[in-house]
Amino acid sequence: MPALQTRIDRCFARLRAEGSKAFVAYIMGGDPDPATSLAVMKGLPDAGVDIIELGMPFTDPMADGPTIQLAGQRALDAGMTMDKVLDMVRAFRQSDDRTPIVLMGYYNPIYARGVDRFLADAKAAGIDGLIVVDLPPEEDEELCLPAQAAGLNFIRLATPTTDAKRLPRVLQNTSGFVYYVSITGITGAATAQAANVAPEVARIKAATDLPVIVGFGINTPNAAHDIAAIADGCVVGSAIVKDIGAGKPVADVLANVSALAAGAHRA
Amino acid sequence: MDDGINSYMTGPDEQGRFGLFGGRFVSETLMPLILELEQRYEFAKTDPSFWAEMDDLWKHYVGRPSPLYFAPRLTEHLGGAKVYFKRDELNHTGAHKINNVLGQIILARRMGKTRIIAETGAGQHGVATATVCAKFGLECVVYMGAHDVERQAPNVFRMRLLGAKVVPVTSGRGTLKDAMNDALRDWVTNVRDTFYCIGTVAGPHPYPAMVRDFQSIIGKEVRWQLEEQEGKGRLPDTVVAAIGGGSNAMGLFFPFLDDPSVNIIGVEAGGKGVDDRMQHCASLTGGRPGVLHGNRTYLLQDPDGQILEGFSISAGLDYPGIGPEHAWLHDTGRAEYVSITDAEALEAFQLSCKLEGIIPALEPSHALAHVMKIAPKLPREHIIVMNMCGRGDKDIFTVAKHLGFDMKV
Repeated sequence: MPALQTRIDRCFARLRAEGSKAFVAYIMGGDPDPATSLAVMKGLPDAGVDIIELGMPFTDPMADGPTIQLAGQRALDAGMTMDKVLDMVRAFRQSDDRTPIVLMGYYNPIYARGVDRFLADAKAAGIDGLIVVDLPPEEDEELCLPAQAAGLNFIRLATPTTDAKRLPRVLQNTSGFVYYVSITGITGAATAQAANVAPEVARIKAATDLPVIVGFGINTPNAAHDIAAIADGCVVGSAIVKDIGAGKPVADVLANVSALAAGAHRA
Repeated sequence: MDDGINSYMTGPDEQGRFGLFGGRFVSETLMPLILELEQRYEFAKTDPSFWAEMDDLWKHYVGRPSPLYFAPRLTEHLGGAKVYFKRDELNHTGAHKINNVLGQIILARRMGKTRIIAETGAGQHGVATATVCAKFGLECVVYMGAHDVERQAPNVFRMRLLGAKVVPVTSGRGTLKDAMNDALRDWVTNVRDTFYCIGTVAGPHPYPAMVRDFQSIIGKEVRWQLEEQEGKGRLPDTVVAAIGGGSNAMGLFFPFLDDPSVNIIGVEAGGKGVDDRMQHCASLTGGRPGVLHGNRTYLLQDPDGQILEGFSISAGLDYPGIGPEHAWLHDTGRAEYVSITDAEALEAFQLSCKLEGIIPALEPSHALAHVMKIAPKLPREHIIVMNMCGRGDKDIFTVAKHLGFDMKV
């Protein structure tokens, strides 16, 4: 792929220069309501978050565990739509033009909007990349290739079942970074073990120059540290979403995010 | 664009597409699994020993061939076309579902899988899966919406008797589509030993084609059985079947797709009526294309692409999507798709009981209700074959409730 100069690329260049690992935080857009969700989002960079993954709510999140399923339901019940997710990003961008935002979710809400319209709207709102769980390389023509052409990174998931034969295909049209799914399973379920993940990350890094970020099953500052130490960074989702779901005040949610980020940054 | 179609029986293509529909919209974790499944199925498909095992079990365990029955009193009552029932309700476990389950589980055994998972709505696919797992001594886990667990208690008990673990699904809205989500979540977690036995012609490629191939025994039998009764070369003029996901319909339709003289009609569940209140399950007549559960097809969804719940008196038709091959047959015009309301299905249910002594499931009652609409207007030499895809034992409580009959003795 041609080198895209997105906020994601610039972010990793900066982290490399600083010798630091990336801490990526996931929240569900509009959970538990649009205003609270935006307040949390706005606080993430100061809490130490390098990249924000913003969930697009979907009724049928097949790769997610109960924590993120419920977050999506809360957001939908609060009237969240794709338009409002884009509004959130625009509002965030008014005060932050640096932190990369990656939209994460499922294909149908994008397909329903129309791929071309979605990409134009996403780019204009200030989105940098996309992670769409139900679009494997076999379906690259649907969204991956049009997204890259529109100047958005398309971040692919690699998993423990991605064998050596398949890995080049998974990496082929990936940009921004590679998201390594540390476990076979759903979000927020099993706990990732750094000792098991390390050789897998090494295997992927041997096949690409892109940063490799590890997600799924990371829920404490120590786990964030251990995983970030063997990769280019880590993603925490369910552990943050759980606090939001429990109705904790925004300041408390962000305090936990700071602790998780500090764990990753110590690595 | 589709004027150039030489055959309707060659799909799907290498990407698992039927035109725009189908595909492999799954997470990366599952992708290697469905590629392996495709490879193993492609091999099995041309392996005589695989089909020999199927034929033996179809004959001695399921009771195939199922009869093709001329319904004389119904035909006389309707006063037009000659109506035949394909009696798949007489199969072991009471529906067409076992045709497919046998195929998938024989394949699973050949792949060395030891644990079988399935989703079920009304419980028919779950019972069929639990049955075949019991027969082969395989571990079986069935995901079923918590709401369906409650209203289909006899089938839940059957599955448990057969040794299956029934997991009530409370995620989402606790219905069939949520059961399918949870089955996919299980599969993505237990990738090494588990085989996902999907109950209909939906899901990622190769499931829609594989399930269709296993169910096609229905239409293949109809071809020779009708010749036996009506003379050499006689094809049905119209074939009719009910559609939830659409597996019994694909099984009946597929062997006739390239016979242009055969009218093909699929009957969707119209619930309380196909209108903007969306209290129905008619994906083709009331939905639009989208992506769910691994394939692109017609879906009930809101303008933002969020999936809506289906509504039908029949739990077996209660799915917001439809198999991708039906979506394609719809768009190419090769098959016609109509909808029937709950009230019309209930009327057909009673007519079949009274005139033919056959208590149908609510699913084929929808097909029968459409036959009741078209048969009177057709000439006496016109032959309709309708798939009686399940028996009504499981539905008598629902029907009693709707007819105001107190079941407490």
